[in-house]
Amino acid sequence: MGKLRQIAFYGKGGIGKSTTSQNTLAALVDLGQKILIVGCDPKADSTRLILNTKMQDTVLSLAAEAGSVEDLELEDVLKVGYKGIKCTESGGPEPGVGCAGRGVITAINFLEENGAYDDVDYVSYDVLGDVVCGGFAMPIRENKAQEIYIVMSGEMMALYAANNIAKGILKYAHSGGVRLGGLICNERQTDKELELAEALAARLNTKLIHFVPRDNIVQHAELRRQTVIEYAPDSQQAAEYRELARKIHENSGKGTIPTPITMEELEEMLLEFGIMKTEEQQLAELQAKEAAKAAAAAQ
Amino acid sequence: MSLDYENDGELHGKLIEEVLAQYPDKFAKRRKKHLSVASDAGTEEIEGAERPVTECDVKSNIKSIPGVMTVRGCAYAGSKGVVWGPIKDMVHISHGPVGCGQYSWSQRRNYYIGKTGIDTFVTMQFTSDFQERDIVFGGDKKLEKIIDEIEDLFPLANGISVQSECPIGLIGDDIEAVSKKKAKEHDTTIVPVRCEGFRGVSQSLGHHIANDAIRDWVFDKKTREVETTPYDVNVIGDYNIGGDAWASRILLEEMGLRVVGNWSGDATLAEVENAVHAKLNLIHCYRSMNYICRHMEEKYGIPWMEYNFFGPSQIAMSLRKIAKHYGPEIEEKAEAVIAKYQPLVDAVIAKYGPRLKGKSVMLYVGGLRPRHVVNAYEDLGMQIAGTGYEFAHNDDYQRTGHYVKKGTLIYDDVTGYELEKFIEAIRPDLVGSGIKEKYPVQKMGIPFRQMHSWDYSGPYHGYDGFAIFARDMDLAINNPVWDLFDAPWTKEAPLAAAAE
Repeated sequence: MGKLRQIAFYGKGGIGKSTTSQNTLAALVDLGQKILIVGCDPKADSTRLILNTKMQDTVLSLAAEAGSVEDLELEDVLKVGYKGIKCTESGGPEPGVGCAGRGVITAINFLEENGAYDDVDYVSYDVLGDVVCGGFAMPIRENKAQEIYIVMSGEMMALYAANNIAKGILKYAHSGGVRLGGLICNERQTDKELELAEALAARLNTKLIHFVPRDNIVQHAELRRQTVIEYAPDSQQAAEYRELARKIHENSGKGTIPTPITMEELEEMLLEFGIMKTEEQQLAELQAKEAAKAAAAAQ
Repeated sequence: MSLDYENDGELHGKLIEEVLAQYPDKFAKRRKKHLSVASDAGTEEIEGAERPVTECDVKSNIKSIPGVMTVRGCAYAGSKGVVWGPIKDMVHISHGPVGCGQYSWSQRRNYYIGKTGIDTFVTMQFTSDFQERDIVFGGDKKLEKIIDEIEDLFPLANGISVQSECPIGLIGDDIEAVSKKKAKEHDTTIVPVRCEGFRGVSQSLGHHIANDAIRDWVFDKKTREVETTPYDVNVIGDYNIGGDAWASRILLEEMGLRVVGNWSGDATLAEVENAVHAKLNLIHCYRSMNYICRHMEEKYGIPWMEYNFFGPSQIAMSLRKIAKHYGPEIEEKAEAVIAKYQPLVDAVIAKYGPRLKGKSVMLYVGGLRPRHVVNAYEDLGMQIAGTGYEFAHNDDYQRTGHYVKKGTLIYDDVTGYELEKFIEAIRPDLVGSGIKEKYPVQKMGIPFRQMHSWDYSGPYHGYDGFAIFARDMDLAINNPVWDLFDAPWTKEAPLAAAAE
């Protein structure tokens, strides 16, 4: 067994972190890696495609039943899915109550202390949405994930979130040694998406590790609670995920310290790519529209 | 009445410079604003008010600087510890992890009458004892369960208050919703108090939050027929420490007033609810309860009046001031009360005066006593060399000018270092402060009395309290133990000399 490698997937909510990470990890298994997935999201859906079912026994739900995490055994919360991938979910409170961030901290500490990380090559954290508080930054803190992969797309808010996550990584980069592994662009078919993703990667001092094209087969597989790797191993999309897995595997130790940009710089970049219009452009368009309307009225 | 003396303002000014010189520049600049020497108040007349003797304004009620060893408390301490805790027929839940409730358990010595655990609960500790699970999943369900259990176990409890500790605010528990739901279910009063410790700069904000909770969750919630008289008064801001409120109440009743509520020492929830029917609010601890007095004045038209029952000169002045509000009949009775206790006062001063005369005192207490007890000491012939508040506001320092003499050293939110240096340099005959100061001061060889808890004695309010106050100060200052302070080998050795 080689040195334990810990990676984490971050990104804007709904961007496809869980889908991307599970497909990639399923592909990684074929490269002979032993993997543990730690879902850090109260919704507990980071392992659904690997287990072919939603994880029922999350660390925190069992701890709440038993009284505290000290009353749990590792076997209670560790399930084995596709080709031996070990899966666990932190779980957490229902929306609007309690502190999910504290839940992530509790769950990760429990897993570490109880030897969940022994005998695996990879630990992968799948973390909810943005780094909203200290709890969700847990995987990027000291001695946790060495590389962070940010799942994003060409949409404004996804870019914004990616930049914010880079800020979070920078904060811990010097104290804990966490690095930005790269961006994974999940195609949304926005304008100049690939160019924009590459440009952002360059600005953040990282690389676009892979551009995952949009393919409906992902949806089909997901409806069957499967990864594409399992559902359609010979498909083009499966090949894409294998490619991504290979790149991540070879990216070990090649992470960088990110250089996040300001909101203004981000907006400038969008202007540059013509995604956001300048005020003059907007005004001109508005005037043209008015003129057309006036012309139509005059007729 | 009060003594005529002046403190060594020049020396005190120098002391301030000396302590500031030890700080880094930035910090010295900030602390400078909190330290001062009382100066002449100026001569302009203030209409309708007595002119202060001195001017003691310093910057106050702002954030302490980390590392200075401030002795301030937190908002939870201000609400649970001071305002709500003494209300005896309610159960006060310290909502959050166990420590806040456990380590503040019964510290304020609020005396009360009742069967503890049956119909009164002041000296009991109720906590929701938060665990990791409650933080992660929220504590609302646990709070509901606790309320159900309290209703079950203590049927004679007339209400419940939920005193928030820090985590409640951090995780955003909806204690208001739980309180409303359970209050309806059990047909009782349940008051959620948002006094999370991280709010504000000291316990002072906790007092304000607690006052507001009374306004929002207690007043006008029940309709009750109340029998009233023109002489109904509430005593506001007497926490009955060591029985203070009882020693005060008798004086007001003897002069013909009817004390219908005492907030909140030995208080019942009903007293708090009925307060709005009183005709006058008499406020002792201005700092912690002026908010509710202002509200009652605004909403119910109840006037309020500050008074001071520490020491005979202030007691007499206060009784006359209160009586004046009612007219000749009550004024006559007030004079009779003053005359009745004069022999007691004379006896106390005759006994302790000669033993205490000329002794100097330094005070450092909370938000009221640093000024309120000044004349009680002076009645015994003692002098106040320095005084300061933990959590006073601007208006408290203005009021201080009516009490202290020119040259008095004034220190706001004093740091551990400053207080030690001041005491060392002034070497007063007595220091009056809290438990944290007590042992360092005694180790410096200076007598000490705790002025928060009356050092497990009391009452100190009223004429009865004055007798105890005088005895206690004498006990501290003239204790023969201080003669043993110097090590034998540092003294001239008459025995050894004789043996030669």
